[in-house]
Amino acid sequence: MNDNNTPNDWLFEITPKNKFFSLNLNEVWQYRDLLLLFVKRDVITVYKQTVLGPLWYLIQPLFTSITFTIIFNNVAGIDTGTIPPFLFNLAGITVWNYFTACLTGTSDTFKANAAIFGKVYFPRIITPLSVVISNLVKFGIQFFIFVAFYVFYYFKGSNLTINSSLLFFPFLIVLMGLLGLGLGMLISSMVTKYRDFSYLITFGIQLLMYLSAVMYPMELIKDKLPSYGWLVEYNPLAYIIETARYMLLNVGKVSVLGLSYTLIVTIAVFFIGLLVFNKTEKSFIDTV
Amino acid sequence: MKKEIILKANNISKQYRLGQIGTGTLRHDINRWWHRIRGKENPYLKIGDINDRSTKGSSDYVWALKDINFEVERGEVLGIIGKNGAGKSTLLKILSKVTAPTTGSIKSRGRIASLLEVGTGFNGEMTGRENIFLNGAILGMTKKEINSKLDEIVEFSGCERYIDTPVKRYSSGMTVRLAFAVAAFLEPEILVIDEVLAVGDAEFQKKAIGKMQDISKGEGRTVLFVSHNMAAVKSLCTMGVVMEHGTIQFNGNIDEAINFYLSSEKSDFNSNSLDEFIKNQNDDFFILKKAFLYQDDAQDNYFYTNKELLISIEYKVIKEVLGLRIGFDLVDLNSGIVIFRSFHDDLEKMSIKINEGCYLISVSIPANLLKNGVFGIKLAIGIHNVRWIVYDDDLMLKFNAINIDGLNSAYADSRPGLIMPKLSWENRNN
Repeated sequence: MNDNNTPNDWLFEITPKNKFFSLNLNEVWQYRDLLLLFVKRDVITVYKQTVLGPLWYLIQPLFTSITFTIIFNNVAGIDTGTIPPFLFNLAGITVWNYFTACLTGTSDTFKANAAIFGKVYFPRIITPLSVVISNLVKFGIQFFIFVAFYVFYYFKGSNLTINSSLLFFPFLIVLMGLLGLGLGMLISSMVTKYRDFSYLITFGIQLLMYLSAVMYPMELIKDKLPSYGWLVEYNPLAYIIETARYMLLNVGKVSVLGLSYTLIVTIAVFFIGLLVFNKTEKSFIDTV
Repeated sequence: MKKEIILKANNISKQYRLGQIGTGTLRHDINRWWHRIRGKENPYLKIGDINDRSTKGSSDYVWALKDINFEVERGEVLGIIGKNGAGKSTLLKILSKVTAPTTGSIKSRGRIASLLEVGTGFNGEMTGRENIFLNGAILGMTKKEINSKLDEIVEFSGCERYIDTPVKRYSSGMTVRLAFAVAAFLEPEILVIDEVLAVGDAEFQKKAIGKMQDISKGEGRTVLFVSHNMAAVKSLCTMGVVMEHGTIQFNGNIDEAINFYLSSEKSDFNSNSLDEFIKNQNDDFFILKKAFLYQDDAQDNYFYTNKELLISIEYKVIKEVLGLRIGFDLVDLNSGIVIFRSFHDDLEKMSIKINEGCYLISVSIPANLLKNGVFGIKLAIGIHNVRWIVYDDDLMLKFNAINIDGLNSAYADSRPGLIMPKLSWENRNN
């Protein structure tokens, strides 16, 4: 009963370790229906049995923007130029929210899905991918409310101008999603062994927001805190948010150098995240 | 004709770390990493005890599986049997790619779908229909495949009425039926099934096993099946693997595998009290020499309910005695209830006299009377209306009754009642 004389045409092989860098797009493509169904599940089940339903998607950014406007603009007196402070904050928060949703949603992939992962195999990357995509739906709804307020302020007579670079806005969002996904995969892999990271992430994100130019223009921090400005300058997220505001509201300026830096960091983080994720998915169930 | 080998396991081993994973993890990780960058072997791979949960090992690491090798041919239905903790589920997890082996490899010529649980990923907020799609996709079906089988799935589950109701409103039985229905319509080349049949009511279990038989026999699919239900294994599988302590103890024909498994189970029934009694008896009339149970092909203390079970008692009468009665109580050891008592002179009109000499007396419990379970033959020997000679709860021949065929061949029932006689029913047109 040896297979020396049978042809060596094995369909696949299960081995202790994955090949160093197997993304296995083929397999992900085979499971594309699952990806879509996960997205559908995430979208339709989030606010089931709530009265306001999808309105909750809108309430959170609106109230955060109002709070920020009161604290940072009215009390602390941050100047947003000709742009209404509320619109300025709403733009930053909408984009920032997408990043945090992607990061927190993907960072507990293994822990939250241990029950499914422990019973059936499918390419694990489907799960974080579905989080990023379903959050895109949520982002779309929140972006719609931004557009509504934009129109409102436009007709109220605020000095708002459209910027042709707006065409590149989707690209920016994809970049943000990839960064959130990469970081999320990295953290989710570490959480399987060291739970410490899940605590780190909850307050880490809050701190990160203050370093990401969400409620102030990047210029401002360089002026007011020149010795700490580098903290923001080295933060790829700050460039994304600053650029997003430039595209949406035509304020601030776009640093090509900064954006290239962001692009490189995002790609690096994404591939490191993917690598660690692939390595973890094989046997995390033993440690989680 | 040489058959095609569809699945081949080469030296599969799986090591687990025992105890809490926490404080020591980082140190071990660093140690491992330090060995690796110096090009040395993983220091923790060398150590490790065999997988025996009853003894306390000396190491923090244990081999749940050790050097597993086997091959499965296309169309074969392989039963994997073994005690709890023998490594069956670990093996299934590796086969279904839920976890990776520590060493070794598995090669396959077909798509593997695994059914370690029914209803994986069911979401209570979603309707039955939505869950069919979600669960089907998790198990590896495409939307198109599910769509084409949707009607069959719904019909098989018997949940038509509730199909657009959220699953959280379902009874647990309905959820399981729906989940199994999805799984039953999977069409992979290799299907890996853990004990998922132990769900639902008897009617549904029968339906499930019937469906499994269709899959394996009718459609010629390769199936790997883990179960404690010997009747299900026997009726479904063609080949069997017996596992113990993380190794394969036996690999071959399913009937031989079941026999091997049953005989390897250590029985704790061989009580010494009967032996001791036989050694130290000082009755003036009667000496018990030996009492034993016998059945063709039976192993140890396991006897099949579908064959006669012979009870034999060897004894010596020292002085002629009137009214000596030899008999037994059949005791259901789970409940302690005496099912019946029988004496050798039950058919006589009056007490009989037995002359001195050595005798061998036998009686048999008919086939198809007992049910699965643990029983005791409590010896009941005495002189009628005078005294007991041998009658004590310790003086009992204990045995396991196993029901391989069941009442109907599809599966073995576990029915209420102490016995499960096979009666002949007759149904006529009137």
